[in-house]
Amino acid sequence: MSMAVLILLLLAGGVLAWQSERINPNLPRWVALGSVVGSLVFLLLSIPADQPVHLPNPGNPNDWMLYLKIDWIPRFGIAFELAMDGLSLLLVVLTLLLGLIAIASSWSEIDFKPGLFQANLVWTLAGVCGVFLAVDLFLFFLFWEVMLIPMYLLIAIWGHENKTYAAMKFFIFTQASGLLMLVAIVVLAWQGLASTGQLSFSYLDLLGLELDPRLGYWTMLGFFLAFTVKLPAFPFHTWLPDAHTQAPTAGSVLLAGILLKTGAYGLLRFCIPLFPEASMEFAPIAMGLGAAGVIYGAILAFAQSDFKRLVAYSSVSHMGFVLLGLYAWNQLALQGAVMQMVAHGVSTAALFMMAGALQHRLHTRDMRRMGGLWHQAPRMGACAMFFAVASLGLPGLGNFVAEFLVLLGLFAVQPGLAVIAALGLITAAVYSLWMMQQAFQGTPDEQRKMPDFDTREMLAMAAMMLALIWLGLYPQPVLDLAQPVLDGLQQLVPGADTVTALETPANNLAGGGL
Amino acid sequence: MNLVDFQALLPLIVLAFGATALMLQIAWVRDAQLTAALAALTLVLAALSCGFAQEVAPRQVTPLLMADRFALVFCSLFCLAGAVTALLSADYVRQHGDQPEEFFLLLVLATMGACVLAYAVHVAGLILGLELLSVSLYALIAYPNKSILPLEAAAKYLVLSGAASATALFGFALLYAATGTMEFAALGQQLNITSTSQGLLLTAAVMIFAGLAFKLSLVPFHLWTPDVYDGAPAPVTGFLASVAKAAVFIVLLRLFLEADLFRYRILVEVTGLLAILSMLAGNLLALLQTNIKRMLAYSSIAHIGYLMIVFMVCFDPANRALAVEAAMYYLIAYTATTLGAFGLLTLICADDSDRENIQLQQISGLFWRQPVLASLLLVALLSLAGIPLTAGFIAKFYLVSAAVSGHNWVLLFTLVVGSSIGIYYYLRVIYYMTRRPEEHPGVPETKSGWRGSALSLVLIAVILWLGVAPESLMHYLQSIL
Repeated sequence: MSMAVLILLLLAGGVLAWQSERINPNLPRWVALGSVVGSLVFLLLSIPADQPVHLPNPGNPNDWMLYLKIDWIPRFGIAFELAMDGLSLLLVVLTLLLGLIAIASSWSEIDFKPGLFQANLVWTLAGVCGVFLAVDLFLFFLFWEVMLIPMYLLIAIWGHENKTYAAMKFFIFTQASGLLMLVAIVVLAWQGLASTGQLSFSYLDLLGLELDPRLGYWTMLGFFLAFTVKLPAFPFHTWLPDAHTQAPTAGSVLLAGILLKTGAYGLLRFCIPLFPEASMEFAPIAMGLGAAGVIYGAILAFAQSDFKRLVAYSSVSHMGFVLLGLYAWNQLALQGAVMQMVAHGVSTAALFMMAGALQHRLHTRDMRRMGGLWHQAPRMGACAMFFAVASLGLPGLGNFVAEFLVLLGLFAVQPGLAVIAALGLITAAVYSLWMMQQAFQGTPDEQRKMPDFDTREMLAMAAMMLALIWLGLYPQPVLDLAQPVLDGLQQLVPGADTVTALETPANNLAGGGL
Repeated sequence: MNLVDFQALLPLIVLAFGATALMLQIAWVRDAQLTAALAALTLVLAALSCGFAQEVAPRQVTPLLMADRFALVFCSLFCLAGAVTALLSADYVRQHGDQPEEFFLLLVLATMGACVLAYAVHVAGLILGLELLSVSLYALIAYPNKSILPLEAAAKYLVLSGAASATALFGFALLYAATGTMEFAALGQQLNITSTSQGLLLTAAVMIFAGLAFKLSLVPFHLWTPDVYDGAPAPVTGFLASVAKAAVFIVLLRLFLEADLFRYRILVEVTGLLAILSMLAGNLLALLQTNIKRMLAYSSIAHIGYLMIVFMVCFDPANRALAVEAAMYYLIAYTATTLGAFGLLTLICADDSDRENIQLQQISGLFWRQPVLASLLLVALLSLAGIPLTAGFIAKFYLVSAAVSGHNWVLLFTLVVGSSIGIYYYLRVIYYMTRRPEEHPGVPETKSGWRGSALSLVLIAVILWLGVAPESLMHYLQSIL
């Protein structure tokens, strides 16, 4: 029940924030902050202390940390079915934490209808939490689509100069691919009806379904397309630079930090386990797309002069690693992919917050009109430097652990692709440092006056720095949380046991703390 | 006829008495408010009387009409839609015409025509209902006598719709010549044993189908739609797009079901082809519109195209129950949504006689000026686009389920493509609504009374209720078959 309460809490918080604008225009942000903090505390309090010790079987309701099922549309075997395991918990906590960052980053940025802005922000969080918790495919699809509407409104109403185009493109890309997923979901459920005689949209019932190989492959593609558009993977990434660039700061933080992760989560939770054979058959192509994304995103990032666009393209590159890690489908690579989801969420959110702060002060995102900012705003410079090197994968920070694990796991499966993807680490260094040099180094413009980060902004930055250092130096708690889930999912996919031999070094490596 | 027969026909009787009462009232005293209230009351009573009629269903009353639950569900739907239209147009008609009272009389008659179509199991019943509906609509479209556009629309609709009716009638005559019967069920049996040449039957089928496809505005019989929708007064357009189409669809479905025309593969494939053409052409042409009424006209073509998928699914008898259930749900959701969309257009142009052409520009920033009305349009558009939590999504889900169970992959693919295109033009309206005040200088203020707001809230509630808690309706529709 606590999961439903969590989502309701966020929805109600949104409504409250919206209406509180009538009392005082400064109130909505406090209400939004309060509702997100409240949900976070509530979530952490409601996690049961005892975890199952055996290897969890995702098909068994008792093996989840929390499980809730209420009949909703029995006519089609649809239930309001939520479940949480370590992976969902990790991502929901990340969602709420980045929600706090998003609220902080838009603290003094919004003049027009601040109540509705904060409401949309909190509703987006509610939708994303729903995506991470839903295990009924119909319900999952519902959250998947509904979370787009507040996000669309955030971009369309509070976005920058080219917001219409960006908002439309974002919505249409995700909607069109979502419709294909809806068809795939229905096909899957009807296959379930044919083989078990029971119509059900529950993930738990549909796992391990015997599918006709050809039908299974097409159905898998429906899911894959929806998730890779959201991820986004090359060549479906073209909506991302526009949406990220045009969105208000808080919108970019949410998009990059959380919404992209729903795509990765979908692949990991649904696409691969539901269609094990088809996915393994498709894995080389998916990994090829991932490697292409790593390199292509990096090259395009280097070509940008717009600060936000650069960060946006770097996301394409980093999410390529996630795709590689997921389809390599061994313990190391999967751990790396999950780490990347968390670490990239934090580091990119910080960079977008930086971009928003710069735009708020300079009224431009063009790096050619920046330069020498470090002298004028040393705190900003130092923060930007930290997150730039985090993003390029400096050892000791979270992103390094993630990308290293992915490459290690990938090497066992596809050494050639691992070599190509490793080039991404070099190109990342190039564009990250190029960004630093353009914006923060060089001769400052003497005419320019700009205030440095204030306490609120430094607090948000410090929180994210600590998170990245923690992830970099002691990733074990995160890995431990996700590990049983990953093991449970892995046992569902036969034929991917090529890397069991690596398991021992993996444990040593992770145990050593990297 | 005995008492039970009258009970089975109670909705039609209530409507007929209501129409007479309205006529007398208008002769006695001219008062638009009173007439509107009486019309709405009649329609609501007729909808309620479906509950009484249901107690004796199914019951065949005369060879013409069949009072089963299938008919009664739609009868009550049409009556409620008529009541909503009456309430919506109360203010509108006073602004746009000199003597608004007869408008409501015509509306009740048109609703009665739609209800007769829902009951019809006989060609004569079909023609009676169709003509009662169409003839009332000609007058309704031309009703606002202060401007030229409605007259043009009515003239177009009169000529083209008349031709379509005549074509269908000729087709039925040919069919009668071949089979010697006009009852749907008997027609189906006679077709098996008739010795008439294939050519004659085929001609009859083509003529009937063309006539009815015209009323449904399926591509390529759709050319009248945008002009008529554009010119007609907004509440009438809503009625035309929802009730008039749903009624014709119902009678076509009933004709196919009772006469079991699904066994003719060629006929079913023609419906599939028209579905594909309508989905694609409707959506593509809607992209080009800047007038919201024209846009909704093309979008309604696309929606009927989606709906035609069920004919193809019905080809396999195993899937027929699901397909018909899907069609019923879709029609109910579509009617509620369309009424919502056109209802909003009615409400925002009720106070000004020369602002009948709703351009996108004119709703710019509506969100900040009229939040309740804008929310209605938002919910209606999201429902038309098939976004979850709205009636339109469950309806689309039904269609997808039906098509998947029938393995109609081509139609499904077209549905996905069409809906994806559709999102763009629905979103564009939402975008205009959310534009900030400084981006649209010079848009005149609109006012709406409490009645408009209350009606909007009811429609929003219905659309959301159908989308969030559809189980009870689904259960009911499933029990009908």
